[in-house]
Amino acid sequence: MATTETGTPESAHTSAVDANLEGDQGHHPSDFTYFKVFLILFAITAVEVLLYYKSIPGVNINNTALGVLAIAKFVIVVGYFMHLKFDNRILRRLFAGGLGLALLVYIAYLLTLGIFVQPPPPQP
Amino acid sequence: MTSPVATIEHDLGGGHHTNTGLSNEKLAMWAFLGSECLLFGALISTYLLYKGRSIVGPYPHKIYDIPYTSASSFMLLMSSLTMVLAVSAIQRGDMRRTRVWLLATAGLGALFVSGQIYEFTSFYREGLTLHRNLFGSSFYVLTGFHGAHVTLGIIMLLSLWSLTMRGKLTPARAEVVEIFGLYWHFVDIVWIVIFTVVYLIP
Repeated sequence: MATTETGTPESAHTSAVDANLEGDQGHHPSDFTYFKVFLILFAITAVEVLLYYKSIPGVNINNTALGVLAIAKFVIVVGYFMHLKFDNRILRRLFAGGLGLALLVYIAYLLTLGIFVQPPPPQP
Repeated sequence: MTSPVATIEHDLGGGHHTNTGLSNEKLAMWAFLGSECLLFGALISTYLLYKGRSIVGPYPHKIYDIPYTSASSFMLLMSSLTMVLAVSAIQRGDMRRTRVWLLATAGLGALFVSGQIYEFTSFYREGLTLHRNLFGSSFYVLTGFHGAHVTLGIIMLLSLWSLTMRGKLTPARAEVVEIFGLYWHFVDIVWIVIFTVVYLIP
């Protein structure tokens, strides 16, 4: 049986490649979709700025809402503009690995160094 | 000579002759972006750690100009749209539009960096220097690193534009623009986080 340069049988190699390409790179959003995505991102940014100026009466959720909106924008840009929603799962894992590691390391770092400890009030 | 099948596979963006079936360059760019998450994660964490711990002014809420920074953010967001349109144009083989969108992206990026330089200058005049307080140090290092990434991106965009003008970047090499696009969008998503964490959350 023919083998690839890594020594795996060619048929296994081909099916692995096919599996990676499955559902991959066949779908490119149209320019119109990109415009729609941009409008959504613009609307979210407008809501963020609005939340900065106008707090929701009776509830103190502005910071949480701002965080959720930022995550939504992040996911939309990565998914559509960076094409990760339609791209290969290896690429998704590669990026998610870096991002996940960063979140894990820095959340641990901030907790260790007392991010939730109330700092002294600044001098006037 | 490239076979017609190979050409079609290349045009569809797949069929790379690697173990993964993916282009090594694209794989490398995603790995690089994953590592960049760690770099910016460190800078953002440091900013968060020092937030509210400055014992001398000026303080963030006194000097931030949110409408101005919102306009800058809009420029960068818009540049992501023009970048993705450049990628789409070169994949269709429309070189004229590719050049237009590449140049538009570089222009919007340049407007963003100019805005940042203006912001830094006005903060400096109000007394916020790199050494003034913890806020100054962490703010300038974080946003400065981001600005340096945008500046590098602009240089690369102009290089790509120059290559298309000289006919050295053709639709057959559309992946080069796509890979650069990944870098540019990454710079945009970093700003999405910075804008919220540094400017909007009090």
